[in-house]
Amino acid sequence: MTIMNGAKMTYLSKTLILCAGLSLAACTNPDRFDDTNTVDLNGGAMSGSAQDPRSPAYFQQTVGDRVLFAVDQSNLSGEAQSTLAGQAQWLMANPEYTAIIEGHADEQGTREYNLALGARRANAAHEYLVNQGVAASRLKVVSYGKERPIEICSNEACYAQNRRAVTVIAAGLTS
Amino acid sequence: MRMLATLLTALSLWALPAVAQSNGPLRIEITEGVIEPLPYAVPDFVSDNSAGADFGRRIARVIASDLSGTGLFREIPNEAHISRITSFESPVQYADWKAINAQALITGAVSVDNAGKLVVRFRIYDVFSGQELGSGLQFVGTQEGWRRMAHKVADQVYTRITGEGGYFDSRVVFVGESGPKDKRAKRLAIMDYDGANVSYLTDSSSIVLAPRFSPTGDRVLYTSYETGFPRIYVLDVASVGRRALETQPGTMSFAPRFGPDGRTVVYSLTQNGNSDIFRMDINSGASARLTDAPSIETAPSFSPDGSQIVFESDRSGTPQLYVMSANGGEARRISFGQGRYGTPVWSPRGDLIAFTKQSKGRFHIGVMRTDGSEERLLTASFLDEGPTWAPNGRVIMFTRETQGPQGQASLYSVDITGRNLKQVQTSTGASDPSWSPLQN
Repeated sequence: MTIMNGAKMTYLSKTLILCAGLSLAACTNPDRFDDTNTVDLNGGAMSGSAQDPRSPAYFQQTVGDRVLFAVDQSNLSGEAQSTLAGQAQWLMANPEYTAIIEGHADEQGTREYNLALGARRANAAHEYLVNQGVAASRLKVVSYGKERPIEICSNEACYAQNRRAVTVIAAGLTS
Repeated sequence: MRMLATLLTALSLWALPAVAQSNGPLRIEITEGVIEPLPYAVPDFVSDNSAGADFGRRIARVIASDLSGTGLFREIPNEAHISRITSFESPVQYADWKAINAQALITGAVSVDNAGKLVVRFRIYDVFSGQELGSGLQFVGTQEGWRRMAHKVADQVYTRITGEGGYFDSRVVFVGESGPKDKRAKRLAIMDYDGANVSYLTDSSSIVLAPRFSPTGDRVLYTSYETGFPRIYVLDVASVGRRALETQPGTMSFAPRFGPDGRTVVYSLTQNGNSDIFRMDINSGASARLTDAPSIETAPSFSPDGSQIVFESDRSGTPQLYVMSANGGEARRISFGQGRYGTPVWSPRGDLIAFTKQSKGRFHIGVMRTDGSEERLLTASFLDEGPTWAPNGRVIMFTRETQGPQGQASLYSVDITGRNLKQVQTSTGASDPSWSPLQN
């Protein structure tokens, strides 16, 4: 798969990238193709080639920038822990980067509760990374509640993708 | 007064789902939750001078829209009128209004005075008893404010006939929404309660959430992501000036609400992933923690006397409603039904708490007594949430969002009886309404 640099990618390549990072079930869901602007919700830094292990693109696509949660839960599954362990390794190997961990919820909940729930999820990922040795000073957390779904259908196939904590690599340490 | 007494009886029966009453010509029927609305006529207001002519019909139309919009009144259209009101001072031909079964008649006159001010006078008649209902009144205001003057007349009619406070001369602050579901742009907006006179208070460069009016309607609390993190701001409605509330660095704050004193704010603050409720004096910036639990505590709302706070917590394992002292301390759970409860809001009358309930895959707006008894669900849909009370505590406005990729949010209102569910017209998507008090 060829990855283009920068934020501008074709519709096709965006779709491929997204599907590579998500479950097959989500990719067979026709809802997700309704919108031509599907991806890059969380993706600030897509810079560098995904072939370059030191690039944020590699982090996003190969290491895996997100972990998913069960309904109303913020505990980390085994799969989530292994993704986060990979994130921690990458972050420790690339100390010039900082990260913001975004917590999200699906739309099945009130706005306020989902903000608090997203904060729990972001914090769960944050704690795991710090326990793995990533300096807390390099990490920030934010909750978007249900404000920024990445999948827009109203059924579990989408909800499962929206209940997530996404580690967004930032440009680097300022100062 | 017979008409007055009859409608009052009807309103006092709101808690009973099916009551039929049929005694005499002024009967009000409540059958399966449907009230028989009271017929009224509001002919175009006459103009005392040519400058006022333009306003006579428009003001009458807004009054009719207000009254009929409650579901408690039904207009008898102008085409059916036998008498024409050509002079505000001429005696009313009651027989002509009886003949078309108009039980209430509203007449008025409009003029523009030498200073360019709009002067609106009106009278309300009880047609079947053949007398005026209360005394005539006069309002003076700017010409641009003509809709407000119509709302004030309608509030008088509503109050005199139902015995309840009015709610038409009020505003709603809300979030205007545009764009697709995964990239929704949001900005704060303000409008009259009926959707007229929309203006925007912020741009859509960052996510804004859940604006809340101050007790006098002069300021709005809301949550914005303009720093990249959710944070509470207070905005002055007149100047649109705003400032962030000072909170500790590294925290998120959201779900703010004013206390009845207009300077105390309660809100959620999240630290290390845990959300608790705090209060702050927004003048001094002094804050205090009200809850201290590893569970989620959010959506606090003061009782109208300021002594208690109702809030949402999942300390039991699912989100439920709790009441505690305004100073914190032990909380007692008040919601015990099946499902998840959130966004409690204390009624301005103090008697009820409105809430969002999630049960069996559906969302409901409901009300319960402040001790949690007599829970009643008023609505049901894919996603209803965020109730706000009309100033008289009789009507609730809320957000309804449709499902699927094309899902859109809009505002709806419903009586606390569950009757008269209807959409509030807005030109864009809309969510998170907050209803102002009656304006002065």
